[in-house]
Amino acid sequence: MTAKAQSFAGTTYAAERARPGLPKSGTKRLAKGLGWFSIGLGVSELLAPKAIAKISGVSNTHTALIRLYGLREIAAGIMIFSETNPATGVWSRVAGDALDLASLGKAFASPRANKGRVAFATANVLAVTALDLIAASQLSTNGGHGIHAKASCIVNRAPEEVYSFWRNFENLPRFMRHLESVEDRGEGRSRWAAKGPAGSTVEWDATIIADVPGEVITWRSLEGSDVDHAGAVRFERAPGNRGTIVKVNIEYNPPAGVIGATVAKLFGEEPEQQLNDDLRRFKQVLEIGEVVVSDATLLGTGYFEQRPARPAGIKELEEAESMEALPSQTGTNYQRDRAEGRM
Amino acid sequence: MRATCWYGKTTVNVDDVPEPQILNQRDAIVKITSTAICGSDLHMYDGVIPTMKRGDVLGHEFMGEVVEVGREVTNLRIGDRVVVPFPIACGNCFFCQSQMYSLCENSNPNAWLAEKMFGHSPAGIFGYSHLTGGFAGGQAEYARVPFADVGPIKVPDHLADEQVLFLSDIFPTGYMGAEMCDIKPGDTIAIWGCGPVGQFSIRSAFLLGAERVIAIDEVPERLQMAQEGGAETINYAEQNVYETLMEMTGGRGPDACIDDVGMEAHAPALIFGYDRLKQAMMLETDRPHALREAIMCCRNGGTVSVIGVYGGFADKIPLGSLMNRSITIRSGQAHVQRYMRPLLELIENGDIDPSFVITHIMSLDDAPKGYEMFKNKEDGCIKVVLKPGTNGNAETVH
Repeated sequence: MTAKAQSFAGTTYAAERARPGLPKSGTKRLAKGLGWFSIGLGVSELLAPKAIAKISGVSNTHTALIRLYGLREIAAGIMIFSETNPATGVWSRVAGDALDLASLGKAFASPRANKGRVAFATANVLAVTALDLIAASQLSTNGGHGIHAKASCIVNRAPEEVYSFWRNFENLPRFMRHLESVEDRGEGRSRWAAKGPAGSTVEWDATIIADVPGEVITWRSLEGSDVDHAGAVRFERAPGNRGTIVKVNIEYNPPAGVIGATVAKLFGEEPEQQLNDDLRRFKQVLEIGEVVVSDATLLGTGYFEQRPARPAGIKELEEAESMEALPSQTGTNYQRDRAEGRM
Repeated sequence: MRATCWYGKTTVNVDDVPEPQILNQRDAIVKITSTAICGSDLHMYDGVIPTMKRGDVLGHEFMGEVVEVGREVTNLRIGDRVVVPFPIACGNCFFCQSQMYSLCENSNPNAWLAEKMFGHSPAGIFGYSHLTGGFAGGQAEYARVPFADVGPIKVPDHLADEQVLFLSDIFPTGYMGAEMCDIKPGDTIAIWGCGPVGQFSIRSAFLLGAERVIAIDEVPERLQMAQEGGAETINYAEQNVYETLMEMTGGRGPDACIDDVGMEAHAPALIFGYDRLKQAMMLETDRPHALREAIMCCRNGGTVSVIGVYGGFADKIPLGSLMNRSITIRSGQAHVQRYMRPLLELIENGDIDPSFVITHIMSLDDAPKGYEMFKNKEDGCIKVVLKPGTNGNAETVH
């Protein structure tokens, strides 16, 4: 081990600190109450969907959907009572509340609905949503702050090559989809720009903490930055010379806070998955030179970003291009045709 | 262009969709001249494959003419006549370099979805759910073919489409099913399922040196086609499979068994009802009747080769039988790229003419009818080939 690596091993790296404490008992009681509520409502929805439809003023043609929501409630209830992760159960209730509210909103527009009752039901759901949010954010924030994600991949290239590609931080946006740009400002300093919520851009300056060629790079944002961010990437020669094992740890405090991060998590955009997808693209860029695009994932790989597996039309291709989702160096026939005025 | 699109359980329509574009530098665009409906397409048609989305273009068995190539495709030229393998494979990763192309690490952008279901992701596949990448399929007039410098194989003009089309899937798949049996001269091979892949397993088993092939199905025309390929047959609707096989092999059992059926097995009433009920209650996704029977029938120390498609989870697999009797299980989606060239040589030498399996040739616009006929095995239907850009009614070949 080099002297540099030793000094790195001696420092405590923020992303690798041990975390969670236990939630307060008040929060636990609230969560349990919500769990029983979930199961009670779920059973009623499952067994008496027509009565539920009547109480909430929606058309009784939706019994199948109400039964499905009943199953969802019961699942959330069971999750809350599972000792290992009550927070996920409560967060799934928050997502369920959002679904209920969307359905009620749709019912409000329907001519067959009893508007007074729908409004009453909506008010009730809103009240429960508030409780859910309180319980969920308390369960999630206790004992830790920010988001920590780790992921690894194996790349069919030598550690030195994989390291050099990563060390050139300006390459990172080629595979990290939420990054817009990274500008190397010399002497280990860099300026990062990432996509923030609602089309905004978040920028910060970072500095390299440890840098051992072919082995490890760690960095963190400078004191006083808008975003508190730290990252570490390690490169290990895979057994049998089968390339390089890449291990990444990142930690950051997201602009939308822990609530935004956890809601995103429920819809499949969780940081660890994002990092996994980033690493998959990293591997693609190193092994085949560009990011592989399929019809369904043109606008992203998230569950709700999937489009049908059919060729995209011009509008969608333009959208993908504006999101920089098309491989940047590709002279696609679509781009060429448009440049030559054939589209 | 016209394309066969999935809209839900037993609903496919031929719709107008945008023409594909080159999106990656190693893509090619192929103008399709022949495409086929695969038995595994029926799993999506039946709605048992998750992660389908309304409007998905189906089809992973296709061939045609190269009409456009990306900047880095140097081995193909516009006008080349090619057959396209169903797994999409990069050629650069660990698995491609080990010739395990259907396990390519780089070709499935939805690998995270597959990892949730399977633990690890297989390669991307054309027109085969979002779990395997969400690539538009080839039951269409045109298809975008990624990694065109690795997959497609050029075919000589003197061979008809019908003779080479099945290099895309069912011939290599049936062949790999037989190859995984590690056949020695004198071996007896039992094959569950006489659909198109089963038919190729039968013929491949003989090509690989089997002395005796016993094929199991219940559809008379499929059993007849199996007999034409040299197999002895068992009709499971009339005979007890285990007892018949034991009688035929002196109680020892076949040296190797091939499951050419997969997740939607039909079986005698009681066990079929059990699996169907569990499937309906979402307690299992697959009905593994053929696999159970293949394990129980296989001789001690023999091999069970699983090439029929499974999608999720199943139960009552006889692990005790498997373990105590030293059974080897081998399986996989076919590594088609590995087999295309040697199998093309067999076709060129006249050792096999894969067109024997075709019963119906239709225009692409008749795809919905083709799916229905194939699923219900109407009019002796065993294999449907679709021709884009032609009109007219279904043509029965056999």
